[in-house]
Amino acid sequence: MTASTIKLDTTAEDHHIARMAAVALGLTVLENAIPSPLPGVKPGLANIVTLIVLARYGWRAAAWVSLLRVVAGSLLFGSFLAPGFFLSLAGAVLSLLVLAFAQHLPRRWFGPVSHSIYAAFAHIAGQMLVVYLWLIPHTGIAYLIPIFATAALVFGTVNGLIAARFMDNHDMATAETANGSN
Amino acid sequence: MHTAALQYIKPGDWLTLLLGCLCVTLITLKLWNGELADKAVIRSGGKIFREVPLSRDIQIEVPGPLGISVITIEKRKARITSDPSPRQYCVRQGWLQNSGEIAICLPNQISVELTGSKKKYDSLNY
Repeated sequence: MTASTIKLDTTAEDHHIARMAAVALGLTVLENAIPSPLPGVKPGLANIVTLIVLARYGWRAAAWVSLLRVVAGSLLFGSFLAPGFFLSLAGAVLSLLVLAFAQHLPRRWFGPVSHSIYAAFAHIAGQMLVVYLWLIPHTGIAYLIPIFATAALVFGTVNGLIAARFMDNHDMATAETANGSN
Repeated sequence: MHTAALQYIKPGDWLTLLLGCLCVTLITLKLWNGELADKAVIRSGGKIFREVPLSRDIQIEVPGPLGISVITIEKRKARITSDPSPRQYCVRQGWLQNSGEIAICLPNQISVELTGSKKKYDSLNY
């Protein structure tokens, strides 16, 4: 009973979540290579993965993917437990909370675009809250809110469209092979 | 298969988009229209004693005929903290935040007025 290696029992779902988190991580790295005009204004490409996972596998899996991405991403960039990490975390947590409600919107009328926009607004709200309560307790940051809100609206819409487009393509591909599964 | 992006926006999504645009517009109008003051003009005996930006927390002592009035600027707000006037009207007025607001200590001939790019209202000239 003195095993030298620890073997964790993993399920197929774990593997799937890990794979999705890895894709999200890849997008995060990609995104960091894009120069930003203002620190904090980022497209948030990794959220596309969160949206797809939410639509396909539910909120629990999406939460796992999103939080794994935040933690692993911070390790990758060396910002674990630094202010930037808590900003990402606050944004991700608030987005997930909002998505927990938004996912119950009737699917017939609301798609990934709505989810994405709500999540994007929640994301900046979480970040501004941390900035105000902890980093810069000064009402002067209110001047930046319109910029962040506009960015959230634009990038939220674009990310939602990408997610919807991806799922549509994917559905068509599986429908062709499995003779109409969706 | 090339399809237009618009087909992925469902009716409810349009509603969300509209709501988002409305929110952004309202927030921008509220925060950027200059209602928030950015400068405090301190007058003593009718002449401008000092003009200070509200962005930095500071305490200023202004001499008047009765003594020294203390003006405090904190978190983009300004107030007269202490004043030798008998009735203390200007001290009890509290924090000034919006552009156009003013606190006046008549006995000590000192006033603090907030100015921004646009005045919400002018408490002196209607």
